[in-house]
Amino acid sequence: MQGRIIGQVKRVNGPVITIKGITDCSMMELVHVGEGQIVGEVVKLDGECATVQVYEDATGIAPGDNVYGSGRSLSCELAPGLVGNIYDGIQRPLEKLRELSGDFIAKGISTSAVSHEKLFHFVPTLKTGDKVSGGMTFATVQETSRVLHKIMVPSNIVGEWSVKSIKEEGDYKVTEEVLVIEKGESEKTLTMVQYHPIRVPRPVKERLGLDRPLVTGLRVIDSLFPLANGGTVAIPGGFGTGKTMTQHSIAQWCDADIIVYIGCGERGNEMTDVLREFPHLVDPRTGKSLMERTILIANTSNMPVSAREASIYTGITIAEYYRDMGYSVAIMADSTSRWAEALRELSGRMEEMPAEEGFPAYLATRIAQFYERAGHMLTLDNTEGSVSIIGAVSPAGGDFSEPVTQHTRRFVRCFWGLDRALASARHYPAISWLDSYSEYIDEVSSWWDNKSEGKWSKNRTRIMELLRKEKRLQQIVKLVGPDALPDSQNFILEVCNIFKSAFLQQNAFDEIDRYCSVEKQVAMMNIILAYYDMGNDALKKGVPLAKIRRLSSVHDIVKMRFTVSNDSVDDIEHLTAKLFRQMTQLGGLYEE
Amino acid sequence: MKSDKLFADVDKSLLAGREYVGADRIDGPLVYMRNTHPVGYGELVEITAPDGSRKTGQVLDTSDDAVCVQVFEGTDGLNLPDTRMHFLGEPLSLSVTESMLGRVMNGLGRSRDGATDPRGEESRDVNGSAINPTSREYPRDFIQTGISVIDGMTTLIQGQKLPIFSGNGMSHNQLAAQIARQAKVRGGKSDFAIVFAAMGVKYDIAKYFIDSFESSGVLDNVALFLSLADDPSIERTITPRTALTLAEHLAFDKGKQVLVIMTDMTNYCESLREIGTLRGEIPSRKGYPGYLYSNLAELYERSGKIAGRFGSITQLPILTMPNDDISHPIPDLTGYITEGQIVFDRDLSGRGIYPPINPLPSLSRLMKDGIGEGMTRDDHPHLSNQLFASFSHVKDVRNLASVIGEEELTEVDHLYMKFGEFFEQKFITQRYDEDRSIEETLDLAWEALSILPSEELQRLTEEEILDHYKG
Repeated sequence: MQGRIIGQVKRVNGPVITIKGITDCSMMELVHVGEGQIVGEVVKLDGECATVQVYEDATGIAPGDNVYGSGRSLSCELAPGLVGNIYDGIQRPLEKLRELSGDFIAKGISTSAVSHEKLFHFVPTLKTGDKVSGGMTFATVQETSRVLHKIMVPSNIVGEWSVKSIKEEGDYKVTEEVLVIEKGESEKTLTMVQYHPIRVPRPVKERLGLDRPLVTGLRVIDSLFPLANGGTVAIPGGFGTGKTMTQHSIAQWCDADIIVYIGCGERGNEMTDVLREFPHLVDPRTGKSLMERTILIANTSNMPVSAREASIYTGITIAEYYRDMGYSVAIMADSTSRWAEALRELSGRMEEMPAEEGFPAYLATRIAQFYERAGHMLTLDNTEGSVSIIGAVSPAGGDFSEPVTQHTRRFVRCFWGLDRALASARHYPAISWLDSYSEYIDEVSSWWDNKSEGKWSKNRTRIMELLRKEKRLQQIVKLVGPDALPDSQNFILEVCNIFKSAFLQQNAFDEIDRYCSVEKQVAMMNIILAYYDMGNDALKKGVPLAKIRRLSSVHDIVKMRFTVSNDSVDDIEHLTAKLFRQMTQLGGLYEE
Repeated sequence: MKSDKLFADVDKSLLAGREYVGADRIDGPLVYMRNTHPVGYGELVEITAPDGSRKTGQVLDTSDDAVCVQVFEGTDGLNLPDTRMHFLGEPLSLSVTESMLGRVMNGLGRSRDGATDPRGEESRDVNGSAINPTSREYPRDFIQTGISVIDGMTTLIQGQKLPIFSGNGMSHNQLAAQIARQAKVRGGKSDFAIVFAAMGVKYDIAKYFIDSFESSGVLDNVALFLSLADDPSIERTITPRTALTLAEHLAFDKGKQVLVIMTDMTNYCESLREIGTLRGEIPSRKGYPGYLYSNLAELYERSGKIAGRFGSITQLPILTMPNDDISHPIPDLTGYITEGQIVFDRDLSGRGIYPPINPLPSLSRLMKDGIGEGMTRDDHPHLSNQLFASFSHVKDVRNLASVIGEEELTEVDHLYMKFGEFFEQKFITQRYDEDRSIEETLDLAWEALSILPSEELQRLTEEEILDHYKG
């Protein structure tokens, strides 16, 4: 595809190329540089010069090479066939690239994002004469066994049109003309494919309030620091604290309909792990393979830096597209720091004036723009859909005061801070209960209280209070040792220890423990607090702490995350009864 | 006259033979030249000094006005009027061959041992290309290094990149050499090769490695790329790329299991900073260039396994943390790219413990899929987990003891003190030539844990405790 020539290369400095003799080109236009057809994007216009960032290695490009314009912005191809695929940062399908260029990624290959050959079963939902407007569904395609793909009129079609003709139910390629619409004299032909510029949010009718949590199956998140469906959260943590593991767990078990997983500047082997593992994992809610709801974007750290910058936008555009069909979409960005560093690197090459730590001054704006694309929306098609963003942050030196973490904190409402000390003791997920917070508690508490006979909010507050007390007591213990504390205070330490090892820790590799249902979480929280209450009563009767500790039911509580499966939550009720019996018995011995 | 007009009609292939005389500016390792034909970014340059000697360079920046070339051998002896440059029209490449094994070469792959340059079979771009993530095979084959603390707690996997974070004066070289000597894949015979890249290290350290390879009889399977401390610093920026290009050839074309040792990455990063500063780039943290992460990733990501091919590349980069600071940009960015890290501890080293590895901040990310039943032993995953948890508690107890005195500790905490002592002196500590099998390592770990009461071992299952606990 050779477009018109818009200028010649003037200077090459890594992925940033200056072109001169510009005839006509617009900001953010997609261009191809040189005879190798390297893909790039116009990021600056200055008189007869323009600056282009290229998405592939620039080796071999020389001054004087022609630059070709394409007339459109860098866009995503949106059509049936996205789910289950793996793309690079500019939405080139990696499986296809492998067929074309082998095990190593060659330069200058372009190919369509979804297969233009595959047939999809098209079911029209409109008939001739029906009124349509931008964003409306006109047909459906069963994309995977769990995703019904709605084919929508592109949102850039303005005003009310009417259907002139629509294809009958049948198997078609995505590029076939399936719909003709008309308005007065004008007429448009549509296929199942639409293109949307990645840096522009897809339009919606209205933003709605957030009212239910995105259930992840991770206890520390769901029960202590819940994320709302349509909300935003940041997971900051130094290397080795488990950001990627947490992201993987959420991608596997959260109750979203569609997962978009962006590996942005991370390790190649991690993406391979997801690719190999996900098809074999079964969603606990639908019993279908997890790959049937997942779209992967892999721009590993050694792939070109400008494509890394684009990968975040490619991912969110795809997420918004599925949101517009009425799905709840969760997007994992691992890691947004690499994206910010890509901005820094490109900005440095363009010789822009830096702000903090070499990052460009517009860093905060870009982060805000990205997180604002999340939300619970009323779509143009009058259905409700949501996009939740879970962004990992890799602070330099593990120091949360660096610019990316700080700016991200301003624009997210939930914060899961990972703690190095917990990770070193192999307490996973290493989410610190002291640094983390969630501003969504108010929004989701009524949902949770419904599920827990009204106990959740109270339980959560009590547990947070105990953990805070424990922190203070620990400081005393560090100075004088645990023996100096009275039993009642030692009991707080004991309960918090149980809470940490039986509730907050979760083993991602254990068949039972890796996913914890809402009901089980509620029951576990109840029994631990019941233990605290009963134990306190017993202590008042004069029972020594050591005796309480040795009860066999206490041992069962510690192991319940492994022994009680999600389908047999009643076992915890039985355990509570057993605990009560043993406590009463023990109390009876000292009651005189 | 504008140079692009002058050369507009000339066939590019003819220009490749052209040689230019006279540089405009020489600044450190960089040479600037005006009025050339349009030169491609990243092109290879052959430079002839006034005395006739040849040097190699690469285009760092090109515009229709001037070209900036970095000279790997340094610019000593060049002058402005008589320097000749020949732009070869192709990227910097290495002619790879299996016969490089057993040879000593410089950072560009030229002979350093007096013999003629190795004759290659195929020319490869030293920058390599990214492995398509869909082509990778997830690494899960356990490598037994014979070192307990590594095998037991931060297991090395074939195809992994696991750096050693050390400090000046600690025994990282001994450890790397010991791993190179002892590393083996259990159960299978495999074709092993070692690629060794030295960047800015002293001659005696390179000598130490060569002697160590020689004495264990593996020297014929080692390719050495040496860019020593007195070689031009700029050569260090290309040395690991050359080495990895050969490693890729050996692994993915010849089916060998390749271990790449790169030392010292800190010197490599210093050289990058030097060039960045000379070019007036905007620095980020501590003056290092903003692209340090991407640049390091281009090296570290060249490890792994490819589905359907037999070989693998395992990387063992060594870096000395400036001032033992793990949050310094070099170890920090490295840790974000590599699959874990082995961290040395000044305190352990000071107490004469070898290897002075602190297991708590150390980590192997690929360990989870390479250990356990059928790979090492079924109790390994829980056992290592328990070691981490218990040793982590030892640190708390020691802190407490230093405040309230050891006598005041509870009975259990006394046992923890004893466990900590045994763990450091018996489990971590081993001799330079001590090669422990994984069974020995795991049994030793049980011996250590048996010091503690069995109720304290919450990460282990009851069956495991029943089978192995010796209390």
